[in-house]
Parts: sequence; C-alpha cells; structure tokens
Amino acid sequence: MNSKWQRKLGSKLLFYIPLALTLAFVLVPFLWAISTSLKREADVLSGTVRYIPSPATFENFIHVWNDNNFSQYFLNSVFVSVVSVVAITVLSVLNGYAMSRFKFKGKGAFMLVLLATQMMPVILFVIPLFLIFKNLGMINTPYALILFYIVLQVPFNTILMRGFISSTPKEIDEAAMVDGAGRLRIIFAIIMPIVLPGIVATSAFAFIGVWNEFLVAFSFITTPDQFTIPIGLKFMVGEFSVQYASLAAGSIIGLIPPVLLFMFIQRYLVEGLGGAVKG
Amino acid sequence: MELSQSTGGKRMTVKSKLSRKKTGDRWFPYLLIAPTVLLIAGLLVFPIFRVFDLSVQSYDFTRLQKAGYIGLENFRNIFTKDDMFYSSLWITVKWVLIEVVLQLVFGLIVALLLNQAFRLRGLVRSMVLVPWAVSGVLTTMLWSLMFNQHIGVINDILMKLGLISEPVAWLANIHTVFGSVVVAELWRGIPFFAITLLAALQTIPHEVYESCEVDGAGSVKKLFFITLPFLKESIVFATLLRAIWEFNSIDMIFTMTNGGPMDMTTTLPIYMMKTSILEGNYGYGSAIGVVTFAFLMIFVVLYLRLNRSGGMQDE
Repeated sequence: MNSKWQRKLGSKLLFYIPLALTLAFVLVPFLWAISTSLKREADVLSGTVRYIPSPATFENFIHVWNDNNFSQYFLNSVFVSVVSVVAITVLSVLNGYAMSRFKFKGKGAFMLVLLATQMMPVILFVIPLFLIFKNLGMINTPYALILFYIVLQVPFNTILMRGFISSTPKEIDEAAMVDGAGRLRIIFAIIMPIVLPGIVATSAFAFIGVWNEFLVAFSFITTPDQFTIPIGLKFMVGEFSVQYASLAAGSIIGLIPPVLLFMFIQRYLVEGLGGAVKG
Repeated sequence: MELSQSTGGKRMTVKSKLSRKKTGDRWFPYLLIAPTVLLIAGLLVFPIFRVFDLSVQSYDFTRLQKAGYIGLENFRNIFTKDDMFYSSLWITVKWVLIEVVLQLVFGLIVALLLNQAFRLRGLVRSMVLVPWAVSGVLTTMLWSLMFNQHIGVINDILMKLGLISEPVAWLANIHTVFGSVVVAELWRGIPFFAITLLAALQTIPHEVYESCEVDGAGSVKKLFFITLPFLKESIVFATLLRAIWEFNSIDMIFTMTNGGPMDMTTTLPIYMMKTSILEGNYGYGSAIGVVTFAFLMIFVVLYLRLNRSGGMQDE
C-alpha cells in the first residue's frame, strides 16, 4: 500500500518538476525584461541586482515611445505587416485552392518550387535584390520589404492553406456551380468563410513572421524614419551607452503584437500542423 | 412519364453546366498560381542566377575600377586563402548540430509533458510555446539583459549559489559567448519542435495505448514501442527543416554578438552578409553564397527524398 502511494508520488514529481523547470526557463527572460523595463535607469545601473522594481515607473515606455522614435517604428512595422499579410493571405488562398481542387500539369513542380524556397538562405537573395532595388530606387522604402516578405511567406502559407481547403468537401463547389456561381465567387464567398479559422491562423502566422523579420529590413532600410521595430532595437544597442531600461521597454512593445496573436492562434496552429504533417 | 422527363431534362442542364465550367477549369488553376509564380520568378529565381553571375566577377564597392569577370578566382581564394571561410564553416556545423540535437531532445520532452492531461493545460501550453513567436532580435534583447555582466540576473543567481565568484561577461568572453548564444537560441527553438511533435502526438489513436496497457506495458515501454515509432516521420521532418533553418539563421547571432568576439560566432551566413552588405564586396560575398548553396543542396535533396516517401504527400 505504502509503496504504491510512493510510486504515485514519484510519477507526479517526474511530471511536475520538469514542467516547472520548463516554465521557469521560458518565463524568466520575459519577467526579467518586464522587471527591468519598470525600473528607473539609475536603479538598473546601481550595481545591486534588484528583482522587484522599486519604485516602479512607466517612464521608460513613454521615453522610448516618444524620444527613441518607437512610435514611428511601430507604425512602420504595422504598415509593412498589414499590407504584406493581406497579400500573403489572398495569394495563399488562391494557390491553396488551385492545389486542392485541380489536377494540372506542373502542379508537382510548383509544389517542389514552394518547398525549395523554404530552404534557400535568405541572405543569398538579399545580395542581388539589394542591387536591383537600388537601381529601381526602392531601397529605403517599405515597398521593397513588402514585396520580398510576400514572396518569402506565401510558399509555407500555401502549404498550410491547401491542407485547410482540402478538408472541405468538393461537393460544395459542385453544388454552387450548379447554382451558377463562378470559381472566383466560390473561392471568396463560399470556401473562404468555411475555412476562416484556418485563414486566421495562417495570416497570424504570416504576421508573426513579417513583424519579426530582421535581415531583409536591416539590409534594405538605412534611414531611421523607415526603421521597423527589430531594426530600431538593434540600433539602440549599437550606441556605446546603452539605456537598458528603455531597451527593455522597447522590447516589450515589440513583443506584444506577436505574443498576443500567438496565444490566440496556438490551438489552430497545432491542429493545422497536425494536418499538414499528415498530408 | 412527364415527371421522369422533366427530371431527366434537369439532369441534362446540370451536367452541361458542370461540363461547361470544367472546360474553363483547364486554364483556371494556372491563373490562380500565376501571381505567385511571377513573384517567385522575379524575386527568387532571377536573383539566384544573378548570384551565380556575381560570383565570377570582381564586384567590390571599394574597388570598382577593378570590376569585371574574373572566372573562378573568387572560389579559388575561398578554398585556398580564406581562413575565415573555414572557421565560419566549422562554427556553422557546430551550431547546427548542437542546436538541432538539443532542440529535438528537449522539444520531445516538452511535447510529451504538454500532451498529458493536467489542470490549466491550455494556459501552460500557450505560455511554454510562446517563445516561438518571439523574433531573433527580441530574443537577443531579452537574453542580453539576462547575460549582462552588471545588470544581469544570471550572474546574480550563480553568485548567490556560489557557483561563480565574480560576474562573467558572458557575451564578451571568447569561452562563454558560443554557449550563451546556444542557450538563447534553444529558448526560441525548443517550442518549434514542441509544437510540431505535439501536433503529431495528437494524431496517435488512444486505442493503441489502451491495448498496450492491457498487455501490461509500462510507460517506458509505451514510449519506445508506440510513441517514438509513431513520431518517427515528424521527427525526421522537423529535424531536417530545422537544420536548414539553423544553418541559415542570422538575426539572433548577429544582433547578439555581431559575430564576435574575435569572430567566435561568425557563421557562414554572417560572414556572407558582412562581406557583401556591410563591406560592399558583392562578388566575393556571392561566391561564398554559391558555396553555401551547394552545402544546403545536400539537405534539400535529403528533405525532398523523405518528403516523397511520406509526410507531406501530394494527393
């Protein structure tokens, strides 16, 4: 009786201790950044490491938003992300529909190209595109970023979208056709509403990718008024005197949109990937 | 009689309507994928050819008077004179191996934990997986605050535990910098494996475990004889994909260390970026790109092979 109870306790510990360690590993960086962002700059550098900010202040957020130009970076990031994501979503739905409903010559090759794009190092494209965009006068404009982000994100989103559309019955399309609906109307008025959860998940997925992108933005954007948030943060560190509390506040501002979106789509994402992995 | 005729007539119109649509369907899928194909051709395929073209040129912004085609000289220099190339290649290989193996092991453990039924599972799941949504630059910022010699929590904890006697400059010390970046990247990479493997775990039917329990198998046996074989495909898929991503990853290491100190964290993509984008030597940078490309093709061929035989099949 006693040994059975001990075994049960043992297996509980074997579960909860690793889980607690995992949670700690994940959460401590967030908590440390939040704590730092709420301290006064002088308290951060005082030499003694304090865990709870006292006094706690929001002045870093106000400072970084106004004086470090984060409001501008934030708006730039929002503009680039929203325009890219709308285009990515529409293209992925069109591709996904083509892949799931039709057999056509070159379909296999198209799939291969989509997969292959996921494996190329982005830096390889950055070199020639930098020269091309420079000739076109598109360096230091958000449009260079938007164009490139679309082409980088569409392939994976197409693969996810194909999975979602394949799980809707083909009979729906046929019934709508009998009623006289054209293919485009079927896609936008019938299929899209049905797979809306999938669309939300893939767009959020694309948004996170675009919002976080660093290398392309770092290479194509050199004027501060066009910086996106990752580039703005990178240059905050580049200067020789780093304002840590402001840096922490800026990081948290940059974290909020993708983290909130992720919390929202996490369940769909696990399901969607389950579908994608299984085909 | 009349009734059957009318239904017959209706069936005819349905059929003809469908077949009329179907003939239009011959070109329709091409119309759907056309914008994507054009974008890929213009922004990915054409630039690749341009990289190959640039790689056989001397195209250096600081020495433009010497511009022109120079044959394979860039490549000769890479393989015979360039110690930096070999060191960055070695660092890349080390980086990919360590990251992928550790992410796989810990990702599998986390996926198994999160697949259990427990209270507040939904909340814990979103918390544990959330670093996946955090960019390389932001990961860098969070961990730089922790690794910082003066204000960092890591030194404070280690000193209170008595493990170190004085603060360590984790990112400025050539002995600790690589390990520090590895830990930060694990933070971001483990959730990717956890998400992928969790997705796969959820497709294992319950009955398999139940029948195994009837036969008296313990949890270790269940792990090795049911779970892992079931996960095999997903593990191979995720590992290969991640190896390619880690090979290419640049944002984390670059923003955390700028490739330093003393190039201890300069990987091939970082070397490529420094040579071309930062120093303006597009010809030599492109040649490094072509060599990198060749290495990656090994992964790509492997991936596509595995992909054919299972996983994401085309229906």
